[in-house]
Amino acid sequence: MEKPFHRFGAAAAVPLFDGSIEAGGGALVLPLLASCEVRLQGIRKSFNHTEVLRDVSLTVESGEFVTILGPSGCGKTTLLRIVAGLELADQGRVILSGRDISELPANRRPVNTVFQSYALFPHLDVAENVAFGLKARRFPAEETRRRVQDALAMLHLEGFRRRHPHQLSGGERQRVALARALVNQPDVLLLDEPMSSLDAKLRSEVQLELRLLQRRLRKTFILVTHDQNEAMTVSDRIFVMREGRIVQSGSPAEVYDHPASRFVAEFLGTTNLIAASTENGVCRTPLGPLLPRVTPPWQEGVLAIRPERIKVRSDRPIANGLRAAVSELIYRGDHIDVFVQPGGLRLRCLTGVRLALGQRVWLELPAEHLEPLVE
Amino acid sequence: MNRLVIWYGELAGSRRLTWRGLALIGLPLVWIAVMLVAPLGAMALWAFATRGPLGDIQWTWTLDNFRRLAGWDMFGWTGAYLSIFGRTVLVAAVTTALSVAISYPLAFFIATRRPLSRYLLLTLVIIPFCTNLVIRTYAWMLMLGNQMPFARLAQWLGLIEPARALYPSAFALYLGMVTNSLPFAVLPLYTNVEKLDWGIVEASQDLYSRPVGTFLHAILPQTLPGLSTAVILTFIPAMGAFVIPDILGGGKSWLLGNLIQHQFGVSRDFPFGAAVSLVLTLLTLAAFAAGRGRGEETILP
Repeated sequence: MEKPFHRFGAAAAVPLFDGSIEAGGGALVLPLLASCEVRLQGIRKSFNHTEVLRDVSLTVESGEFVTILGPSGCGKTTLLRIVAGLELADQGRVILSGRDISELPANRRPVNTVFQSYALFPHLDVAENVAFGLKARRFPAEETRRRVQDALAMLHLEGFRRRHPHQLSGGERQRVALARALVNQPDVLLLDEPMSSLDAKLRSEVQLELRLLQRRLRKTFILVTHDQNEAMTVSDRIFVMREGRIVQSGSPAEVYDHPASRFVAEFLGTTNLIAASTENGVCRTPLGPLLPRVTPPWQEGVLAIRPERIKVRSDRPIANGLRAAVSELIYRGDHIDVFVQPGGLRLRCLTGVRLALGQRVWLELPAEHLEPLVE
Repeated sequence: MNRLVIWYGELAGSRRLTWRGLALIGLPLVWIAVMLVAPLGAMALWAFATRGPLGDIQWTWTLDNFRRLAGWDMFGWTGAYLSIFGRTVLVAAVTTALSVAISYPLAFFIATRRPLSRYLLLTLVIIPFCTNLVIRTYAWMLMLGNQMPFARLAQWLGLIEPARALYPSAFALYLGMVTNSLPFAVLPLYTNVEKLDWGIVEASQDLYSRPVGTFLHAILPQTLPGLSTAVILTFIPAMGAFVIPDILGGGKSWLLGNLIQHQFGVSRDFPFGAAVSLVLTLLTLAAFAAGRGRGEETILP
């Protein structure tokens, strides 16, 4: 039998939450001092001569909630599977807390996965599913029972102990999958698009819960998703992937506010793109001269500004202003989408004030939000 | 009462639908009645009759046939028939076990090939199945003949006497039985394995299971439906086999099938043959029912 990962045994058992926050929050005991840093170095992977991952390197700090965000087929799930040990990288290293685990089989990596389809054992009930990893490692019955109890309590599943997966709703199954992974107290929790089968409302609730859970557990979480909202909601840091490469990384605010490329700007939220050419720090655009946040490194390129950053005003702004007629209005409840078409461009902006179609308004494109993109 | 109903998108009167349904199942019903219920009924009746001196049937309504099967005859008790019963169950059980043991890994092998090789391999499994049973069995007889390489090898190894063939023997019997039942075991297992959720297997790996644990907890439970079908499809025909035991097993290892065939053939004792058939049918049905009752609990998700 493999020794249960010794660090768990050695580290001082620190009760995780004080119990006051969480109803039924029996203490899932976690080694807070253990560092669980994940480093990927030069990962490459091909399937049938198609390069899926092209030299991916990244570091996830201990206790960080990181999202790998990208469109389908960008290689993000493959990357996660390489960390889990379910796929072997052609090149590169996977280093967990300073230890090279590249060639460690999945069943010996102190890492657990929440699968996209949850992959619950259909013939086992909820409690048996959650106990699976502990039983496989031959934990003493008493400790298994206690840990399963704590995990079920933490995810509000006590009432479902004897249910089988087919008797659960999508959200309940997902909680079982989470409990089944977390009960093992993995160094790193991997989540492979765990919300994709939940409906929109439940999804946003679960995202928030997941975020709070991770904050409480202070565990390293790596989530893979194509949903930029999800990435923004849960992450400390976002890695944006495209065609097997990481194209940008940073906090949600950094990535959203300062997209480095057109791809990132368009993939995260919506954005207005304005073609421009540079002359002495000023950009010439079809909308007239505009002053961007920083001087673009290019002669010809694109400026981006988020719709919510454009100010709709009745008076002429000092700089970066333009006048245009409202061409389309969409009432969204909490705001109104306004479309204008100045200089043959179509700009989208948000406003709270009621406007009329055809009304001429002043728009201000504040310099600090006008981002030159590196194509 | 004739109500309007919508039946899978078709608007029709309920009476019309009833008549159409009856028309559609009418022919199969008649077929089953004539070809299955009538002969079974006749068999059930014959089982209580007596053989006349000329092999004719005398309606005496007696339990003598069953008494004879249990071992009593005019000279006292003998276990001959019961031992045929025991041997039949044993041969059927061993055949089933061997077939399933071979088919299980084979099904995984085929199901994990590329599509083209998969169809090719499946065709290879099915081809023997397209040949007549008697021809296939005689082919084995030729293959196991005393001049053929297999027999030569066995002679050289001292497993059989010099110049002897490999048949009739228990080895030849099981060889014939297992090859005969292999497609019936491979096909249900293959369809099952093809639909296997490998995500569950990965989950088991992710949750620290070692290979044996992964097999027991993630693979085996998923293949129980295919396994139970494979067992049923091999066990039931094996219980009634008579051609293979006759040709490859030799006259000394009679099974129930041979006994029955003999009654309807050489002995012309229809009532006794009917009694044996009736008992065999009921036993098989009982085994099937017992297995099914237990199977469903484990098979259902």
